Amino acid sequence: MAAFLIRRLIGAVLVCVAVTFIVFLIFIVVPGGGKQGTAERIAGKNATPALVKAVEHQWGFDRPIYTQYAIMMKKMFTNKLVSYTSQQNVLTQIVQGMPATFSLTIGAGLIWLFFGIVVGVISAVKAGRLSDRVITVLALIGISMPVFWLGIVTRYYLAEGGISTFFPDGEYVGITADPLKWFSHLILPWLVLAVLFIGFYGRVLRGNILDAINEDYVRTARAKGLAPRRIMIKHVLRMSLIPIITLFGLDFASVLGGGAILTETVFDLHGVGQYAAQSINNFDLPPIMGVTMYGAFFIVAFSILVDLFYAYLDPRIRPT
Amino acid sequence: MAEMLLEVDDLSVQFATEDGLVRAVDGVSFELERGKVLGIVGESGSGKSVTAMTVMGLTRGVNAKFGGSVTYKGVDLLAASDSEMQGYRGNEIGMIFQDPMTSMNPVYRVGEQIVEAIQAHEDVDRRAARKRAVELLRQVGIPNPESRVDDFPHQFSGGMRQRAMIAMALSCNPSILIADEPTTALDVTIQAQIVELIDRLKSDFDSAVIMITHDLGVVADIADEILVMYAGRVVERAETRDLFYDPQMPYTWGLLGSIPRLDRPRPERLYSIKGSPPSLINAPGGCKFRPRCPYAFDKCGEEPALEQRVETAGHLDRCWLDVDFKRDHRDEMISGGATEAA
Amino acid sequence: MSSQAPLIELRHVKKYFPIRRGVLSREVARVHAVDDVSLAVREGETLGLVGESGCGKSTLGRTIVRLLEPTAGEILFRGQQIESLGPRQLRPLRREMQMVFQDPYASLNPRKRVGSIIGDPLKIHSIGDKRERKATVEQLLETVGLSPEHYNRFPHEFSGGQRQRIGIARALALRPKLIVADEPVSALDVSIQAQMLNLLEDLQNEFQLTYIFVAHDLGVVRHVSDRIAVMYLGKIVELSPAEELYERPIMPYTEALLSAVPIPDPDLARKRERIVLEGDVPSPINPPSGCRFHPRCRYASQVCREIEPPLTDYGNGHLAACHHPLNVDAATLSAAHAAPQTPLSAQEEALPHDSSGASDPVHGAGGHPGDR
Repeated sequence: MAAFLIRRLIGAVLVCVAVTFIVFLIFIVVPGGGKQGTAERIAGKNATPALVKAVEHQWGFDRPIYTQYAIMMKKMFTNKLVSYTSQQNVLTQIVQGMPATFSLTIGAGLIWLFFGIVVGVISAVKAGRLSDRVITVLALIGISMPVFWLGIVTRYYLAEGGISTFFPDGEYVGITADPLKWFSHLILPWLVLAVLFIGFYGRVLRGNILDAINEDYVRTARAKGLAPRRIMIKHVLRMSLIPIITLFGLDFASVLGGGAILTETVFDLHGVGQYAAQSINNFDLPPIMGVTMYGAFFIVAFSILVDLFYAYLDPRIRPT
Repeated sequence: MAEMLLEVDDLSVQFATEDGLVRAVDGVSFELERGKVLGIVGESGSGKSVTAMTVMGLTRGVNAKFGGSVTYKGVDLLAASDSEMQGYRGNEIGMIFQDPMTSMNPVYRVGEQIVEAIQAHEDVDRRAARKRAVELLRQVGIPNPESRVDDFPHQFSGGMRQRAMIAMALSCNPSILIADEPTTALDVTIQAQIVELIDRLKSDFDSAVIMITHDLGVVADIADEILVMYAGRVVERAETRDLFYDPQMPYTWGLLGSIPRLDRPRPERLYSIKGSPPSLINAPGGCKFRPRCPYAFDKCGEEPALEQRVETAGHLDRCWLDVDFKRDHRDEMISGGATEAA
Repeated sequence: MSSQAPLIELRHVKKYFPIRRGVLSREVARVHAVDDVSLAVREGETLGLVGESGCGKSTLGRTIVRLLEPTAGEILFRGQQIESLGPRQLRPLRREMQMVFQDPYASLNPRKRVGSIIGDPLKIHSIGDKRERKATVEQLLETVGLSPEHYNRFPHEFSGGQRQRIGIARALALRPKLIVADEPVSALDVSIQAQMLNLLEDLQNEFQLTYIFVAHDLGVVRHVSDRIAVMYLGKIVELSPAEELYERPIMPYTEALLSAVPIPDPDLARKRERIVLEGDVPSPINPPSGCRFHPRCRYASQVCREIEPPLTDYGNGHLAACHHPLNVDAATLSAAHAAPQTPLSAQEEALPHDSSGASDPVHGAGGHPGDR
């Protein structure tokens, strides 16, 4: 068990290094990126070529790529990473965005997991009947509605007075500042973000359940004379939920890691995702690197957690 | 006379499918007394498993239609409600299946799964149920049951899993144990152990057994009576010795001839029943076995009834052939042309 | 009937699977799946390989066709050493050696049509053009008793027996010399088993095939085999011409295997004594000392626990590894000598001194430990 963890942790570090390096490389090669573009942006409009050159040298853009990468990583781990455009400390900015992102993710995650399971179970139990078909159509609509569109539409109609102004219009309010406002401000973002996942999880779970129902051990459970409800929960659902856990772990981690860029931006939550969006717009490499590292951390951390949870759920893959 | 446990009368089971109506079981009748072993033998798709599953109420569903009756201790199980049926399953009638590898839930300990079966029917606490699970595992021959009860199924070998399945099926002391191909997925050595175990437990638990198999060899030494099924119908029914020593149905001969036998000289070729079983959706008229039968003649276009044609009472078959003709010719199929050994 | 030159020969072949643990995945134990096996199979012969699950028979079959690389020992195909050839050098050999697998449901790709399942080996080895390949596949379908119209169907449209025919046609496509059939009939109904055994026999005659037939059921193996090797925990414990093995099994394990085969004759079945082997095969990670069968053997004595018996030659090509052989008379016993196939770990001089008496596990009258 310890050996398994150690191996996974080493792997996780390697993944983080690889991901940040790839992001770094992409930034160097895209048009407008690299030393020329960045130096020009830092030097400002109408800068002379000499000034651009001077900026290049001063910021170290003329040094070899791997040296630049090493310097950047060193800055990252010594908390000296600052934005090219605003000169603000990247970590501070990320930490500022975290409460909003965490609030959004945890609330939406609970909603989409709960309703995903409900939708999946109902449509599996009623497979082929009318309620299953209605749910299927709704789920597909949910999956295919773009988040930014749904976000803008709900914000316009339910917050900005298209139909009502019942919900507050965007922005994040800290939970410690005013719990009630925190809650009311997050309802729409939660629902908008969760809709996509509910449809998707429901479909996956429905398929898993229908597979599990035909398993031999479910037949055995019926032959034992167990009540249908118990068979459903203890034997069918337990097995069908295992793959859902993987999905949830990774989806949750990516939203937590700033992946809900669109939702955060549409509702102007000032979370980590929105910070990432702004940095990308500004071609600002240090924050992009910082957010990437932050996101990669959550992804690898949660994938290790998912593996551990998996071993708990399925005794067959427990390391002996 | 022993207590009559189960009477199946003119049972028919039909499933509505996209391709049409499947007549999986068609007019099957048999009786089972306490202490007896009934063998049901036939190929895949002959309806033998569907018959057993229907007795257990496991074939119920929106697409299934039943006819006839299944009477257990005077109660018609076909007419019982789903929740009444649930009280019979596992409690009065236990069942084990072909593949012990997939028949247990891999995420629960073996003991838990037995405890669950006990608690489904009896109001006992966990500790008492667990104690009984250990005792049951001991009875089916699991070594160190006190510790093995906490193992997961994947920590058991195939033979041990089938033993554990038997322990689970017997946990509520049912009157009938249905074993659906219990040995097919196991090694020959383990098959012998399992058959012997079932035979022994039948006396220990004072129950009756329905043993379903495709291999006549498996039921030869434990069955009291055998039904041979083909295309959803019983084509021959007899006491075990009569079936083996005086088989009346060419299909039975084919099944016997297909077995590579150790007790006889090796034949040049095994007899193999040509072709494959008929579709159950549009079964041919007349004798169902006619297209594959080397002795078929004009009269076979009309379906023979299941009735007694030999001297022995209770030996029924569905074949128009003359009994003396059959006795003269059946060894061609059974022995595959080899001369009979003494 | 069959020429004497061995088509395939194994010399002290071992296949161990490492069990790795820890951060650095160090090897902490080994599964002794195949442990020092020597065998020769002549061209046109059928060798039956029998034993319980976990005895290493399937691993041995896969090692022979080099789906696995042996840990030690030599494998010779027509005199050419093949045990350490790489994938590229093995390619021409793949045409000569094919496998038929046990589970006809799992061993065919469900997303491929029958035509490409059977035809892909031809394509991989660039045999013929597209039209010729199609003609070959259609002919193969007919050869194995299916119809050429099945060319465009998918595996799920077929019954178990028909799928096994597809598996056989695939194995035949490259016109191999050797086919290793791993439990090819044990997942099938008895009636279908008979069809399949007859088909394999016909194909052997038609294409001069050599078979290695792996199975746990001695009834089936006897029907197809010229010679039979009985395996237990990675070792060959008895090797004999087929009929001889049934008439006089020497190794008590063989006796037990024979007595377990069901016999469709109620009187005989009730009369004969079944030698029930207690428990399961021990773990091949840590096999028992001496004779590996001793914990389950009813004739076992002190010597069996301590000394591994040599594979002893009792004449007639009948070899067995046992300190207390059955069905051996004094003359045969005195003429017996250690066979060259004896595992290197066995003591060649530890030849058996006494016979455990006569045994006929098929018709009853098993040997009794007290008779010695």
